[in-house]
Amino acid sequence: MVEALLFVLMALGALAGAVTVVVARNSVYSAMGLLATLFSVAVLYVVQLAHLVAAVQVIVYAGAVMTLFLFVIMLIGVDLSEAIDERLPRQRLWVGGLAGLVIILAGVVTVSGEFEWVPAAAPETIVESTNGTVQAVAVPLFTEWVLAFEATALLLTIAAAGAIALAHFRRVRV
Amino acid sequence: MVDFLWLVIALPLAGAVLLHFFGRYMKEQLSGWLASIAIGGAFVIAVIAAIPFFQGGEHGTVILLWQWMPSIGANLEILWDPLAALMTLVVAGVGALIHVFAIGYMHGDERFPRFFTYLNLFAASMLTLVLAGNYAMLFVGWELVGLCSYLLIGYWFTRKTAAAAAKKAFVVNRIGDFGFMVALMLVFTTFGTLSYSGIFERAGAELSSGLATAIGLLILVGAAGKSAQIPLYVWLPDAMEGPTPVSALIHAATMVTAGVYVIARSAAIYDLSPVALTTVATIGAFTAIWAASIAIAQRDIKKVLAYSTVSQLGYMFLAVGTTAYVAGIFHLMTNAFFKALLFLGAGSVIHAMSDEQDMRKMGGLFKKMPTTAITMGIATLAIAGIPPLAGFWSKDEILASVYARGGWFSFLWIIGLVTALVTAFYMTRQWVLVFLGEPRWDEDKHPHESPRVMTVPLIALALLSVVGGLINTPFFTTLARFLDPSFELVDMQLPPEGGLLVTVLAGLAVLAAVGGIAVALVSYRRPRERWLDFEQGFGPLWGTWEAAYRVDDLYGATLVGPGKKAAELAAFGLDLKVIDGAVNGVGRLVRNAGAWTRTLQTGYVRNYGVLFLGGALIIVIWLVAGGM
Amino acid sequence: MVASGWYMGLAAALFTIGALGILLRRNALVMFMCIELMLNAVNLTLISAGRVMNDLNGQVAVFFILVVAAAEVVVGLAIIVAIFRRRATASVDELSELHG
Repeated sequence: MVEALLFVLMALGALAGAVTVVVARNSVYSAMGLLATLFSVAVLYVVQLAHLVAAVQVIVYAGAVMTLFLFVIMLIGVDLSEAIDERLPRQRLWVGGLAGLVIILAGVVTVSGEFEWVPAAAPETIVESTNGTVQAVAVPLFTEWVLAFEATALLLTIAAAGAIALAHFRRVRV
Repeated sequence: MVDFLWLVIALPLAGAVLLHFFGRYMKEQLSGWLASIAIGGAFVIAVIAAIPFFQGGEHGTVILLWQWMPSIGANLEILWDPLAALMTLVVAGVGALIHVFAIGYMHGDERFPRFFTYLNLFAASMLTLVLAGNYAMLFVGWELVGLCSYLLIGYWFTRKTAAAAAKKAFVVNRIGDFGFMVALMLVFTTFGTLSYSGIFERAGAELSSGLATAIGLLILVGAAGKSAQIPLYVWLPDAMEGPTPVSALIHAATMVTAGVYVIARSAAIYDLSPVALTTVATIGAFTAIWAASIAIAQRDIKKVLAYSTVSQLGYMFLAVGTTAYVAGIFHLMTNAFFKALLFLGAGSVIHAMSDEQDMRKMGGLFKKMPTTAITMGIATLAIAGIPPLAGFWSKDEILASVYARGGWFSFLWIIGLVTALVTAFYMTRQWVLVFLGEPRWDEDKHPHESPRVMTVPLIALALLSVVGGLINTPFFTTLARFLDPSFELVDMQLPPEGGLLVTVLAGLAVLAAVGGIAVALVSYRRPRERWLDFEQGFGPLWGTWEAAYRVDDLYGATLVGPGKKAAELAAFGLDLKVIDGAVNGVGRLVRNAGAWTRTLQTGYVRNYGVLFLGGALIIVIWLVAGGM
Repeated sequence: MVASGWYMGLAAALFTIGALGILLRRNALVMFMCIELMLNAVNLTLISAGRVMNDLNGQVAVFFILVVAAAEVVVGLAIIVAIFRRRATASVDELSELHG
């Protein structure tokens, strides 16, 4: 019961946020919308017993990434409103077509009855080991996937260095 | 000696190759005599190899030189039988004399060695033709003599008329060759081989009359092209553009006789088709009178002789069409003698008159060039058929055989008789106009007798014209017995038995000849105005004869014009528009397709995004559909 | 008990909205945000799938995706800033030299 209620609320929130991202004229509004979506999705993670991931989502995504986004929006110009008109010919036509295709696909899949709705695992079957606590996730992370872990660490370092280089270079050259 | 027969072809061929590469480093005399010795050597070898035949009754041998395409019976093989021997002797003998003459005639020409290269090449080709043991080799020789004819007619190629004449000769010959090739294909499909030994013996049993007629008529087409019969004779008068030794060798004595030779050689096939034989004879007879009538009114000394050649070839065709093969070949031989003599004599006159060829501007040359005059006089009498010169015996044998055949051939006999009269007339006309009467030449000409290198061949040929006929008189049928083994498979028409009939026929022929000579002498041995009156007396007929019945114009309008239009259509309408258009169109198509495809690259990221997502969607749909 | 299918359906909807956002918006930053939206949708799907299959690897995968997405944002925004310095525009339609 609680889960269902939470799901509906958070789903609505996520969708609202997503629509805001796409529709808002002002980029700051879009950023706010994204934030709303991120929080909603984090709650949904918690509902599904993925606690570590939820925490990391809030800290990293909502905390760091969105902050970065807002910094850049401020840097570039917060009142840069986009013109409404579409300058690429037939772009809206194509997009409409794609969207329609997706809806048709969804409808066909639902109506055909050949696909089953994915059930959730029953609570009784959820084993302690799949409970997404810090200890539980840490085990595979540092044993099975340690190489990937180290690689992503390297990736982050490189990304940081690259960002500094990209942002810095221009001024020095000129 | 038979083992050395390959030298007969090889010697002139080697001469041609040698002169081709090294001729320009040789002096005139060296190259000329080298070529003459090459063909003279061929003659000597042929004489020695032919000795067994002189006793008569000896059959031929086949000498295999090289296996070329044995599965279809086309090898390099020589059939050495009396007929081939006779042809070789004529070609090589008369050819050698003409080579010697040409050394004097072509003196000073800047491409002197090249001329002898071609002459030797021609000799080699003609000898290949007559010595061939199968139709394939014969055809090789056939085509090669056509090529040499083209090269030699167009020898002075800087003259437009000469180049055009050479082209005309080649094209008209080609038409004949087409018929000949179809005939060879028919022969091959019937017999499975092209070799004489595989064909003639089996012809009687395996060849149906209809097929024989077809083959015979098609060979006639080829022979008519090569031997200038109706309707393919139009190239021969134009071929007089070539130097006179060329006219003498190719267009009098040898190449044009190839048609007669091939019909005689294929006698076993013709034996089965009376239709084909009658056609051959009829065409021969009509050609004879047609050409003779044209020759009456010609002004150029060589054109008279050209039409005379066509006419005499008509006689030969008449003979072989009547299956009087011996008579036909006999006339071939004697014609080679006096026709070559006539041409060489004309060459001597032209040389003396500094290349003047119009007979109305000659006259009174007897005193200036007696040797030429006398030898040409002998030749004129010979061709007219005055006994006991060579022409009388051969022409008379033809006429007698034709008469003896009877039926339709009696009509042809009358034509032959009338032609004899006309022949005597125009030949005498020519001789009188050139050598008798008052001199009519231009001021700057200084006629003189030709050097010995030119007069000696004339004298030799004159002697042959006198005694050459004696080898086949009704009293001594030496030639008939000589050639018998070559024709033992066929029925041959012989002159009638019985001395009285033969004498009467001979007398008629002589009468016709004498009559013609008389008319000519009376008409032309007078001042110029008188014989102009005589010519006008014939009215428009004279003009028609002089224009050769305007046959060339007719061909031009009906064949050449449409042909050119068709060629233009094919070149500019079809090739340029359709084929080039298709190829260019493919290029254009590719370019346009590329240009259209290029528009997909707009440079806008969002367009690419559409493409990405569209593609991903398609994959999803495919996977879903696969799962359903 | 909410069936995992609902979560996945929600994720699909988020993904579609993000895709449409990329195609329809010109502003580079907004497009970037839509990309983040799509990544989140994928993460949600992975978590749900992991829950269905009782496998913890789903969450591990999400963890990594999160990290990589962060790195990607860093570099991407640096590029956008660099472009903005050159051309004073944040619209991707202005960057269309590579066309046929």
